[in-house]
Amino acid sequence: MADFETPEMKEVLSTPKLSRGATEHVSPYVAKPDHQEKLGFPGELVENFEEVAINKMGDLLGKYRGFRVFLDSCVKCGACTDKCHYYLGTTDAKNMPVARQDLLRSVYRRYFTFSGKYFPKLVGARDLTKEVLDEWHTYFHQCSQCRRCSVFCPYGIDTAEISMAAREILDSVGHGQKYCNEIIGKVFKIGNNLGLPEPALADTLEGLEEEIKDDTGVDVKLPLDQEGAEVLLITPSADFFAEPHIDGLIGYAKVFHAAGISWTMSSYASEAANFGMFIGSYENMRRISRRIRKAALDLGVKRIVFGECGHAWRVAYSFLNTLAGPWDFLDPKYPVPQHMLELTHSLIQEGKLNLDKSQNDHIKPTFHDSCNVARASRMGNKPGGQFEIPRAVIKSVCNNYVDMEPGTTHEATFCCGGGGGLLTDDLMEIRVKGALPRMEAYKKVVENNGVTNLVAICAICKAQFTKVMPYYGYGMDSIMSAHQLVSNAIVLPGQGEETAEPVEASEA
Amino acid sequence: MSSVSVVYALLFYFATAVLVAGVVRKIVQYAKTPAPLKIPTTPAPVTQGGVVYRMAKEVVLFSSLFKSNKWIWIFGWMFHFALLLVLLRHLRYFTDPIWGWVALIQPFGKYAAFAMIIGLAGLWARRIVVDRVRYISSPSDHLMLALLLGIGVSGSLMTYVDHTDIVMVKAFFTGLMVFDVNSLPTDGLLLVHLALVVALMIVFPFSKLLHVPGLFFSPTRNQVDNPREKRHVAPWAAKLDAQED
Repeated sequence: MADFETPEMKEVLSTPKLSRGATEHVSPYVAKPDHQEKLGFPGELVENFEEVAINKMGDLLGKYRGFRVFLDSCVKCGACTDKCHYYLGTTDAKNMPVARQDLLRSVYRRYFTFSGKYFPKLVGARDLTKEVLDEWHTYFHQCSQCRRCSVFCPYGIDTAEISMAAREILDSVGHGQKYCNEIIGKVFKIGNNLGLPEPALADTLEGLEEEIKDDTGVDVKLPLDQEGAEVLLITPSADFFAEPHIDGLIGYAKVFHAAGISWTMSSYASEAANFGMFIGSYENMRRISRRIRKAALDLGVKRIVFGECGHAWRVAYSFLNTLAGPWDFLDPKYPVPQHMLELTHSLIQEGKLNLDKSQNDHIKPTFHDSCNVARASRMGNKPGGQFEIPRAVIKSVCNNYVDMEPGTTHEATFCCGGGGGLLTDDLMEIRVKGALPRMEAYKKVVENNGVTNLVAICAICKAQFTKVMPYYGYGMDSIMSAHQLVSNAIVLPGQGEETAEPVEASEA
Repeated sequence: MSSVSVVYALLFYFATAVLVAGVVRKIVQYAKTPAPLKIPTTPAPVTQGGVVYRMAKEVVLFSSLFKSNKWIWIFGWMFHFALLLVLLRHLRYFTDPIWGWVALIQPFGKYAAFAMIIGLAGLWARRIVVDRVRYISSPSDHLMLALLLGIGVSGSLMTYVDHTDIVMVKAFFTGLMVFDVNSLPTDGLLLVHLALVVALMIVFPFSKLLHVPGLFFSPTRNQVDNPREKRHVAPWAAKLDAQED
């Protein structure tokens, strides 16, 4: 299957002995000049890269308090050393969060601190060389910015912030990552990560309408660019073509239909994902976000709802107001933006969806908390709603829900291994190895509880698990969308013969 | 008065100046640097009061560290709170008369020195024994522990084994506070103890000891989780908006 070995699944949360350089050979493709320039970065490595990089670091130190505080504060206590899924899966010492940070901190100390300038050996400071840049390119692309280490750090040091800054510096010297930068270019040109233009998108949505009609006999619409709709749905473009994402999209459409909410998608802002975050570029992240603002204004919608996607929800929930707000032209009765699960959850609470749980009786699901939803956002009004609402929705459409081992869920959830701009074939080895801790926890519930499926609410998680689960002996269709379960259980008004009582919540 | 007393007086003035100026400079720098995005590690409090509670748990109980690793937590917490007691106990050498509550904690402060030493020794042992922690340690991490341990051990030796003339020590420090240099006893232990303290004060603003102010400025811990309700824009980011409109 590949030129590396899939790690052996052991006890949940076991810590391996460290090794050196185990994945130093896994480095993603460097962006081509074309990819770089579209984002406003130099096309190739600039000659005076040391000077440019250090200036950029100084710029970031002045702009981001977190970056500065995190670089100064680490005491090397070791609390984070066994928390990263990439360390657990690869055993490479540089995948320990503190060791990863130190790849950059060592340079910070050399150029920006008294001790590093005058006593570099003593405090582990070093000059910035081409070798260091290459090492950054390798190991800051073995970090999925999942923030698990940050939960456990006594100072809240967030390696994601360091990794974003490192990538921003790499971009600024002309040494970006192909995968992320190429994709961001597509969003600017076409509107989504896939480069799916409006006609193709319209065609796809029409195909889905036919599919739903064949399945249910009901005319469920998936509207595109419909002015005056109440809701603008922003969803990851993977929802338009990939499995199991597409089943989630069908689920959203059915929910809107059943609840009688008028909605639309936008061909201009046909992407929830925002890879500007992965590369740490405020400007690019902002530029992508403002497409959503423009689409909302142009279409005259009243609400914005986001489909299932982890980092997209982080950007939406935590940053959208900052980057593209204020949203004073939208209906103040609803949060801006709202998560599709928040919407479905409230409709279920209000009894507006007719659900037949038994439709999911052949499935025994467990839920994978996506890192960006779990540790960088919220759903609902209370802290922790991001854990409760997805579970509540799953439980109201399915009888057999099982949770995985504590310490691998909620705020301590493990990343799927493909987040943060790592979902590319050139990083397959790190993706497979990084999935190990999640797979170990999954294996346990499969063996002990007969779990059949892993449910996720993130486009990246879904794509990653589809590819990676077969390495661990599980079928690629083990991974499901949360709204796929909703889609299975929902009984549409006018569907089949039970339509005598139209919109009544069924507790069956 | 001996030249040793003069040298130590100058050292303490210098160290105090470096410590205060260095830490104030850092605090000002942290306070002035904006946090342009809402990045609290969630679940996070949704009110300012909630943030105060979260921070208090971090500062007093090391709650994140507790979740993370019980060994580091027990040694780290023991060291820090013993150090706090010991420092408070030392106030008796700076005030006349001794404040009531300082007198009250005197016996606890004396024994806290042992907890401090045990905590430091535990942390050092982990740095040597645990492969992961050994890997991430640089010489300065060992030196810092040596310095603190040196202070603790030399201090305890004076408390329990070889007393110094504590009245003279107090006269020296209370004198320093009014810019009046008195004689310092010249016992080796005392001089070592004080020299190490001076060294610690000087390295504080240039080392990882900045985790003390840093913790209070950590955006993942001190931000309120309310980005949907309240728009959060840094001044430099607001300029981007202004350029567009």
